[in-house]
Amino acid sequence: MGIEVKVEGLTKSFGRQNIWQDVSLTLPAGEISVMLGPSGTGKTVFLKSIIGLLKPERGRVLIDGVDMAGGRERDIYETRKLFGLMFQDGALFGSMSLFDNIAFPLREHTRKKESEIRRIVMERIDIVGLLGAEGKLPGEISGGMRKRAGLARALVLDPQIILCDEPDSGLDPVRTAFISQLLVDLNAQIDATMLIVTHNLDIASTVPDNMGMLFRRGLVTFGPREVLLTSEEPVVAQFLSGSVEGPIGMSEEKDAATLAAEAAGRTGDEERPPRVIVPQLEPSPGLSPRRAVARRRERVLGMLDGLPPAARAAIEATYAGSGEEPTLAMPSAGSAS
Amino acid sequence: MSLDERQSPKGESEPPESPEMRAPRAPVPGLGALRQTGRLFALALEVARAIFRRPFQFREFVEQFWFIASVTILPAALVSIPFGAVIALQVGSLTEQLGAQSFTGGASVLAVIQQASPLIVALLISGAGGSAICADLGSRTIREELDAMEVMGVSPVQRLVVPRVLATMSVALLLNGMVSVVGTLGGYFFNIVLQGGTPGAYLSSFSALAQLPDLYVSELKALVFGFIAGIVAAYRGLNPRGGPKGVGDAVNQSVVITFMLLFFVNMVLTGIYLQIVPPKGG
Repeated sequence: MGIEVKVEGLTKSFGRQNIWQDVSLTLPAGEISVMLGPSGTGKTVFLKSIIGLLKPERGRVLIDGVDMAGGRERDIYETRKLFGLMFQDGALFGSMSLFDNIAFPLREHTRKKESEIRRIVMERIDIVGLLGAEGKLPGEISGGMRKRAGLARALVLDPQIILCDEPDSGLDPVRTAFISQLLVDLNAQIDATMLIVTHNLDIASTVPDNMGMLFRRGLVTFGPREVLLTSEEPVVAQFLSGSVEGPIGMSEEKDAATLAAEAAGRTGDEERPPRVIVPQLEPSPGLSPRRAVARRRERVLGMLDGLPPAARAAIEATYAGSGEEPTLAMPSAGSAS
Repeated sequence: MSLDERQSPKGESEPPESPEMRAPRAPVPGLGALRQTGRLFALALEVARAIFRRPFQFREFVEQFWFIASVTILPAALVSIPFGAVIALQVGSLTEQLGAQSFTGGASVLAVIQQASPLIVALLISGAGGSAICADLGSRTIREELDAMEVMGVSPVQRLVVPRVLATMSVALLLNGMVSVVGTLGGYFFNIVLQGGTPGAYLSSFSALAQLPDLYVSELKALVFGFIAGIVAAYRGLNPRGGPKGVGDAVNQSVVITFMLLFFVNMVLTGIYLQIVPPKGG
């Protein structure tokens, strides 16, 4: 089972430029969370702060009692072995073949025999669909392949926490769908805590249990997916509908004047079409159901009273159809195939 | 009451004076350089500590050693022959005017072994090996390879920097021996063949003025210079500024910084040596 990640009051600046401040959230153990946000709001910085690559000025990131933001360097290095991080462009070692890249963590941290390393690595290569390319150098393959190889390398040590930095960027829609399914299947298999940073709406609406959004130097919201998907917050609504109308502008955020003009230009109550909550992806047939689902049901139903009515209704609708066995795949409307 | 009094004038002048609103503090001149120096020393300390941490990256060390040796041996030999010759000719012509031609051997030997050889070695190591190390680490840094390594719980300092610094040090040490021999032979050849010096006088003044500590300090200098070249190259490579162009700048700076440091450290070491080791001829 994955490990809970607790972020408390995190604040990060580069020089005089504040990226975000006072971000507090908890990634529930074993569940999939997605962090949304327009480009340039510090999503990647947030990811790197969780793993301790960047040091925020204030706040803590607690993993198993170790503070990744300000703890001892030795503890941080130890704790990092629990992580798998998939970088935006793979961050593979340019001088090594894909096989050696994926075998690198095994060779560094374990005393496994070469034959066993080979078995594990080839298994991971198979999972991400790169069989046959293991001898190539990272410079010889496409960006999408590099990304998948980066994911394979992140998985090779059976991590408890998996962080993915924009798993979709540079992938076509079909491959993005495959990656989404892959991430859900992974969660079903190893029950790791996962955080996906993305601005892809397909991933955001089908993969996560929890969603959050970063905007304007802060965390807009973080909670069960239904909360964000039904949120009436203008930023969230604009982002989820991909509309130009709202507080998000081309250059990070719009100024007050533009916003006022926009509000004046809006004719009465032309409401946006209501957002439909797409059901979450289920693990591929043949895999065991995700253990996180039962835990999440327990947790979410427990916090139901504190949630906005729309989110409550959505959650009740989610769990209404599934009865007592929420972990079983629903073969409804031909979605499972 | 007194508290209120103290607070109110501050409250009035708050808007321009509050920490957020204050104009950027005028940078103290030299503070940036001081910070860089501090971080350079911090890296040197970290490397010194990591040298003794297991597991030692033997493979990486051998590869780097071989690479640095292969790009420096030939140029070092080719540079040291004319350098020995120039010193022999220059000193030879001077001593001839003074009527002390029999001491040419000793003078040129001391100049070559103590000064020229470690410096030639260091300049070549930093110019050929250090620039390659800096470019390699720099491009890895901007490709996020080092971040990836750190995320996997592997320290880039221990995995990459330590083998490189040890390689520059040991290549410097060994290369220094070769340059000393080649330079001395070059000086000998030019003194005997071109200036009509006698082999016996050359050799006897050699052993009259030169002593073993001269060789020791020469090797010590080479070791220290190799360390400096490795550390500076690694430091600049680990901290390139702003993308691929930053890597080019970093390589450039690493060579220049190393050169300046080398000549300064050489002066200090020479000064200390001359103070504590009594000259043999005196």
